[in-house]
Amino acid sequence: MAGVAVSTTINGDTIEYLCQPDETLLDVLRDRLGLTGAKEGCGTGDCGACSIILDDRLVCSCLVLGAEAEGRRVETIEGMAHGDRLHPLQQKFLEHAALQCGICTPGFLIAAKDLLAKNPDPTEEEIRFGLAGNLCRCTGYDKIVRAVQDAAIVMKQA
Amino acid sequence: MVEVTLWGSLGALAGGKSKVEIEAKDIRELFRKLAEQYPGLEPLIEKGIAVAIDGTIYRDTWSKELPPGAEIFLLPRLAGG
Amino acid sequence: MNFDPRYSGRNFTSVGTRPLRPDGVDKVTGRARYGADFNMAGQLVGRVLRSPHPHATIRKIDTSKAEKLAGVKAVITAADLPDLTDGDAAMYDILDNCMARKKALYDGHAVAAVAAVDARTARQALKLIEVDYEVLPHVVDVDEAMKHTAPLLNDAIFTEGLEEKPVKPSNVTKRTQFGHGDIHEGFGHADFVVERSFKTEQTHQGYIEPHACVANVSSDGTADLWVCTQGHFVYRQHCAQLLGMEASKLRVTSSEIGGGFGGKTHVWAEPVALALSRKAGRPVKLVMTRDEVFRASGPTSATSIDVRIGARKDGTITAAEATLRYSCGPYAGMWAEIGAMTAFACYRLENVSTVGYEVLVNRPKTAAYRAPSAPMAAFAVESAVDELAKEIGMDPVEFRIRNAAQEGTRSSYGPVYGPIGIGPTLEAAKNHPHMKAPLGKNQGRGMACGFWFNFGGQTCTDLNIGMDGSVSLAVGTVDVGGSRASLSLVAAEELGIAYEQVKAVVADTSSLGYNDMTDGSRGTFSSSMATISAARNAIKILRERAAQMWDIPVDDVVWEKGYAIAKGEKYGNLAALSLREIAAASGKTGGPIAGHSELVADGAGVSFATHICDIEVDPETGATRVLRYTVVQDAGKAVHPTYVEGQYQGGAAQGIGWALNEEYIYGKDGRLQNPGFLDYRIPVCSDLPMIDTQILEIPNPNHPYGVRGVGETSIVPPLAAIANAVSNAAGVRMTHIPMSPPRILAAIEAERGD
Repeated sequence: MAGVAVSTTINGDTIEYLCQPDETLLDVLRDRLGLTGAKEGCGTGDCGACSIILDDRLVCSCLVLGAEAEGRRVETIEGMAHGDRLHPLQQKFLEHAALQCGICTPGFLIAAKDLLAKNPDPTEEEIRFGLAGNLCRCTGYDKIVRAVQDAAIVMKQA
Repeated sequence: MVEVTLWGSLGALAGGKSKVEIEAKDIRELFRKLAEQYPGLEPLIEKGIAVAIDGTIYRDTWSKELPPGAEIFLLPRLAGG
Repeated sequence: MNFDPRYSGRNFTSVGTRPLRPDGVDKVTGRARYGADFNMAGQLVGRVLRSPHPHATIRKIDTSKAEKLAGVKAVITAADLPDLTDGDAAMYDILDNCMARKKALYDGHAVAAVAAVDARTARQALKLIEVDYEVLPHVVDVDEAMKHTAPLLNDAIFTEGLEEKPVKPSNVTKRTQFGHGDIHEGFGHADFVVERSFKTEQTHQGYIEPHACVANVSSDGTADLWVCTQGHFVYRQHCAQLLGMEASKLRVTSSEIGGGFGGKTHVWAEPVALALSRKAGRPVKLVMTRDEVFRASGPTSATSIDVRIGARKDGTITAAEATLRYSCGPYAGMWAEIGAMTAFACYRLENVSTVGYEVLVNRPKTAAYRAPSAPMAAFAVESAVDELAKEIGMDPVEFRIRNAAQEGTRSSYGPVYGPIGIGPTLEAAKNHPHMKAPLGKNQGRGMACGFWFNFGGQTCTDLNIGMDGSVSLAVGTVDVGGSRASLSLVAAEELGIAYEQVKAVVADTSSLGYNDMTDGSRGTFSSSMATISAARNAIKILRERAAQMWDIPVDDVVWEKGYAIAKGEKYGNLAALSLREIAAASGKTGGPIAGHSELVADGAGVSFATHICDIEVDPETGATRVLRYTVVQDAGKAVHPTYVEGQYQGGAAQGIGWALNEEYIYGKDGRLQNPGFLDYRIPVCSDLPMIDTQILEIPNPNHPYGVRGVGETSIVPPLAAIANAVSNAAGVRMTHIPMSPPRILAAIEAERGD
């Protein structure tokens, strides 16, 4: 099978790669580009562990083909902090212990960032529904919701 | 001499007894003498048995002493998550 | 062991605070490396071929076509994993579960595996493997499997534990019994008796990270394994035994682990990956798909339980009995036995009897799931307890308080309890504002108690003090939920230094002595004991070095709050030496300073919890909503309270999923119909309310800081608490878990006589 040449922007950098026509963007990120922050929990778009932002839209990268990233903007967890300065969501996840095993954390952070970009002042219910596409098996979501609430306050003040 | 209580299923392998008297100063000696006196227990002891001494469960500590008059209880060794 | 583990009742400086975890930044930036995040040069992709049949004899496997496919580097079957278990039945079962030998015993049972240059080639190769199956009749239901007409999974199994030796083989591998007193007499004194039968369906641990490993076997007989596991030392033992290697030649590194909950306590794919690597002569990465995780790993037992409890008018329980049948998958287990031990552990009972039956079915091999077997038994018992309280006309909390076990009570499983927390958790629940909050229409409140043993076990820890005075703590228990933070707090506490001065890592199997796995809520309990012991050994050396620096006898040096102090007026002019100062001079005073500890952590205190929840039921659809949830649990001593709360909340959430939604659904063909997160629905954020927690601290007398395990107990009460709440809301007793909308609706309609 012939490879597809793709030119895209990932976390602000221009990236070029060859991938197979049936290869998912998640596999490209993880196996070709070494960006293993996005996790494969299911491969069917049910768990959200592979969440990324594609042109301002939250998607499961396991449901996007690598070839579809051509000419688009991809944001992954690896681009969330600015240098050694954590994004407020990252900082609040740490402070609230919103992670135990941490496997779902990159997906949650990306989903929460997308949520707050669209709704900077969400209610608890809006947070819960906004993050309903991401599965966490450790925390019972309590501390995740609190971390997002707290981050929203910090981000509004900034 | 300590009195050792065997859990239900274990008693069947000790000739139907639920309590046995053993002269033993520690868990090692207890296991050795139990295996000698009740050969049916030996495979289970080999596989691993827990010993509760006054309610505290010990799994692997042969050297643990059995205080006189203590309540000694043999239990199956458990799996956890 | 010259270490005194007794509780000392000290005041704490670091323990009980809530610092950020040391592995946190890596986890919020995507840098933490989990099972599937590691790669090696020249690595192949491993894939497993699985049986589509729930029960079939494997007549022949032809791998020749797959072997000829370009890019395929190795194909293996059971023949490549010969039986080296030497009569060890439990290990043989693990081997057979990794790769079916004579029969495929469940839908998803591995029968062959390939290693190829890429995933696509590996998938193609699987399609070219020809397996000649003779399909056999199957059975997946626990009650059906016990019938004498049921298809037999293994005709060499005769039920153990019966009074008379059976003459016919059976799917029941073992009968076990616990209890004391005379239940016949006890029921004779009862004014009220409740008797009911309950069922719970099989659930999966549901860790978000699928099993994943990278195996690299060298031609010199050494090997490396990178793997997500709850116990890398246990995995080393298992893999070395199954592959005929010396354990010391296999170095196992535990990756960050993306959830385990008991499901990553024994090997599944790892021996297969090693065998593929050995055959191919190249590293092999093997990652399960979610479909494989559901079909072939986990799950917990499905159960069928009968309970009978009698009480006097005054609310005193006079007798209690239960018969518990637990599915084990196709291999013998001790799941019903644990259920039989835990069922009535919360209560003070003069007459109690429980009987457990271990039952083989054509489902995946049952694995531990967080306080394994206890939630189902608690569901049955706590449902009956609630009903009995109602019949007597007593408040369910008061009824439980009246019958709660206490220090000195003979437990239902045998020994007499030391200081325990069931009474205090009940009192705390009784006084919790949640209990008095008003309820609306179609809403019900339920509560329930739960018990779990907690384990200790073999533990080994190294504490190395650098020349700059910073401390490296190497532990051997895998960190599943923040234990590196809690163990760093313990090291800081004992040494009298700042938390930030300690860095904890989980060492690989070649760098540290053997450790039992992180199961039985033992991680923080056991490793904190070993850490305290290691720190005390280091302090002994620090005192010796300070004595040398001062040129005074070591007996005159004490250790206080991170400083060596010369004791006595004659040393009045000697300024205290800090750990940093002693460390800086260590090159001249005898070399590196370290403390080590190898011990068996015994005396893990038993743990109790009481949960309260409010549920709203839609009587038209049977749909439920969790309105409010409160967890009260004894932690002994909460080392890092935030992560203790996290354990309470996480266990409750898993229990809520189990109670209301999650179940394995098998078709008539014996195939699993919902092996994915879309159809096996675990709770999502919008399904749950905040989960309130209350930590009680009743010190464990067998730990220097009073610590008890906290990880598992929180999943024990939810099934029952929610069943009681749903039953109260719907006005009908629910006896089948999960209480999915169709089941609730059917129960409501049956009650109405529709």
